[in-house]
Amino acid sequence: MKSALAHARYVLGDNVVTAFAFGMFALFLVMAAVGPWIVPYDPLANGPNPLEPPSSRHWFGTDQTGRDIFSRVVAATQLDFAIAFASVALAFGAGTLAGIAAGFFGGWWERIIGRMVDTIMAFPLFVLAMGIVAAMGNTIFNIVLATGIINFPIYARVARAEANVIRNAGYIEAARIAGYGETRILFTQILPNIMPIMVVQISLTMGYAILNAAGLSFIGLGVRPPTAEWGIMVSDGANFIQNGQWWIAAFPGLVLMLAVFCFNLLGDGLRDMIDPRRRT
Amino acid sequence: MLSMILRRLASAIPSLIGVVIVTFVLTRALPGDPAAYYAGPAATKEAIEQIRVKLGLDKGLGEQFVDYVGALARGELGNSISTGQPVAHELLTRLPASIELTLLGLIFAIGVAVPLGVFAALRPNSWVDHVCRVIATAGVSLPIFFTGLLMIYVFYFLLGIAPPPLGRIEVFYSPPTHVTGFFLVDSLLDGDLGVFLAAVKQLVLPALTLGIFALAPIARMTRASMLSALSSDFVRTARASGLGSFKVVVGYALRNALLPVVTVLGMVFSFLLGANVLVEKVFAWPGIGSYAIEALIQSDYAPVQGFVLVMAFMYVGLNLAIDVLYGVIDPRISMAT
Repeated sequence: MKSALAHARYVLGDNVVTAFAFGMFALFLVMAAVGPWIVPYDPLANGPNPLEPPSSRHWFGTDQTGRDIFSRVVAATQLDFAIAFASVALAFGAGTLAGIAAGFFGGWWERIIGRMVDTIMAFPLFVLAMGIVAAMGNTIFNIVLATGIINFPIYARVARAEANVIRNAGYIEAARIAGYGETRILFTQILPNIMPIMVVQISLTMGYAILNAAGLSFIGLGVRPPTAEWGIMVSDGANFIQNGQWWIAAFPGLVLMLAVFCFNLLGDGLRDMIDPRRRT
Repeated sequence: MLSMILRRLASAIPSLIGVVIVTFVLTRALPGDPAAYYAGPAATKEAIEQIRVKLGLDKGLGEQFVDYVGALARGELGNSISTGQPVAHELLTRLPASIELTLLGLIFAIGVAVPLGVFAALRPNSWVDHVCRVIATAGVSLPIFFTGLLMIYVFYFLLGIAPPPLGRIEVFYSPPTHVTGFFLVDSLLDGDLGVFLAAVKQLVLPALTLGIFALAPIARMTRASMLSALSSDFVRTARASGLGSFKVVVGYALRNALLPVVTVLGMVFSFLLGANVLVEKVFAWPGIGSYAIEALIQSDYAPVQGFVLVMAFMYVGLNLAIDVLYGVIDPRISMAT
């Protein structure tokens, strides 16, 4: 553990961009944890000054019913991150298990899971997510489910490829000789050994999950209007941008972009950190 | 060559079967009782039963699936509740608008991304390379609906050089006579240059928005595969043989580097077709995406299911085209299989 920390410090010291991404990520986490309690205004309360441009009183201005946009943007972090984390956790859990089963056992497992992955990939992914939410009902839980399903193939594919490679490794053979059952090998030998690669995949797809969920709520799926959520706030602001009232859409859009950008940088950085070729 | 194409066609069949099964499952996964839903809130028990029989919902799942596939084969996608029109007809009349927009966005993306990737690979760590890297990272981070709104703000509100973002043509022009459904083609067939220019003006911003979104993966892939092609033996040999640098870069390196780029196009299409929905909403574009969104808001499910099905079929078709194109660019593939 200590050497891992030292290693992380070594790599971060080497890579300013990744350190910056980690800092930004920490800031987002703080916003998600305590955001709703530290903002200056109630994110849901209407105020007396609708459509006010950014000022010292309202840093990001106010929207059409006078709600403070800064408060709403900060408070929304919680919901957006919760949706993204939950859907990625779902895709990660199901995808990893399905992928290692396919890669390790081969045969029917591989054929059935491969067919499932191909079928999901036969759809344009955002369109499939729209169809799932439309059919199953317009709730936040279904947004999470749909985003999880469209991310499933990424994890299943990577896990399958990795498990396929290490299935023939010497230590698997050794475990088998030592009397381990196949399922036990799967969970104690294969799973821990593909974890680092899967963790990189998490941070690479987290940005996509946030974009996807925000896109769904932008077209009116999932999150209901008074709720503070980045996608729906941009959608609110879209009606005012033609009149030049840019701040309603711009700030939630910018923060959304920063969050995605942060995850993409983090993913690249983690990949460098876990890649053994960088270790000296 | 022909047998290769036929083999590719056959390989798409399992995907199509999968798509049909998934959309069938989605139509049956409606929350609550579909018959009660279609009958409306004031319906009596008998009326609900009648609709259940009419929709075939009293039959077994297997029989319902056969009915569903039969209707699909006849090109029927059900009727929209809010407009009462057949979904297949409405999708068909709106499809050209979506295709025109997506194609233009793709052409713009390829036209900018491929040269950008080539120049970045020719001069690693130069300013072109840095621009390429910034675009590749920013392109995947930008929420496409936000880019679209930004475009409207800058080019319509601030600069005033773009027309209002409301559909395919400004209100004081009448749309061209319907031949292909593509306004750019139809207006030229009419010989009406004014309408053509008006249609172009409406198309520029949404197509740019889509293009910027698709730029990133293409530029990134072009750069990476150009780098490896440029350092390969055949490029060195071509250089040593005294060929001009244009011939070496375009005729040898780029031709080989394009193979992985064509592969990445499949992923780009998946993104583009999804992004298309968001762009259509931002620019009030009357394509199939905004049709699906309008239906979603009114909880009108048949159009949404039809839309998902049409999109999936188009996507499978596009992937097929990419596969065939791949075989044409690289003859080794068709000989090997």
